[in-house]
Amino acid sequence: MNDIAAITSTVSASFLGSFVEVVEAFTIILAVGLSRGWRPAAAGTALALLTLAVMVVALGPLLAMIPLDLLRFAVGVLLILFGMRWLRKAILRASGFIALHDEEKAFAAETDSLKRQAADRRADFLAGLAAYKAVVLEGVEVVFIVIAVGAGHGLTGYASLGAAAALLLVLAIGVAIHRPLSQVPENALKFVVGLMLTSFGVFWTGEGLGAPWPGSDAALLGIAALFAATALLATKLLKNYHAAKLVTLSR
Amino acid sequence: MTMIRGILSGLIGLFIDDGSLALAILGLIAIVTVAVKVGWLPPLAGSLLLLAGCIALILESVYRAARRKLADRR
Repeated sequence: MNDIAAITSTVSASFLGSFVEVVEAFTIILAVGLSRGWRPAAAGTALALLTLAVMVVALGPLLAMIPLDLLRFAVGVLLILFGMRWLRKAILRASGFIALHDEEKAFAAETDSLKRQAADRRADFLAGLAAYKAVVLEGVEVVFIVIAVGAGHGLTGYASLGAAAALLLVLAIGVAIHRPLSQVPENALKFVVGLMLTSFGVFWTGEGLGAPWPGSDAALLGIAALFAATALLATKLLKNYHAAKLVTLSR
Repeated sequence: MTMIRGILSGLIGLFIDDGSLALAILGLIAIVTVAVKVGWLPPLAGSLLLLAGCIALILESVYRAARRKLADRR
């Protein structure tokens, strides 16, 4: 795999992963903004971004001190855990065993919870806290994705560009439509990102162990293809299993 | 305090959803790492074993979750 391909896979994994997270954070910020006003929403978001910046500034230099093989191994292990968790959930959602994530529903739940707190004299504070928590939690995932897909090959800058592009795109769409981004095919994105992150994870854990992958970086594509075939087959088999069992249960 | 607990559990939740899947993944990685470091397996064979193991584990996990979901509906 040449440099362009490495950069492309890093940027696209970072963009897609970050896009899903930013959409989820945006839903909460929007709920806070529309229910309690934009001041607590902006304050909570700004404070959360500051928290994330402090984390990156504090932890970033530590990464440079870790030997590359050890860094790849550690990041690889975390990516396998993180990616397989997404992939598992995406397979179960695609096959109908768990409900799809619904941004309209998340928006309604958050708005409802904020309305119930409206009489509280700390209502604005609590609303800002909700925005803060959402942005920190989703933001940590974005930071992890950027570091994880970028650090192994020294492409953290490109991974950050992917995440920044996702943030700008969600903001642009959000400002334009002023509603939760419920039309985003979130599960399909999570499916793809789960595949990519798990593949990166296996690849880097292997590199950390000293494995000379056949075809060097191109092996990443082969690993991704294997996981994709497995995940699609599992989805198809589970869909059939689901349908068959539902028929049995309805009798 | 509740918020800090919420953020911490959210952070742990980044990597662990199905506890037994996470444990099995860590166990697989530990076995492969020991086998490679001790010299029982060459690094590439160990990495291929890791790949095959991850595929097997995700299949087992989704099948187990699906069965549990159906059992809950009964």
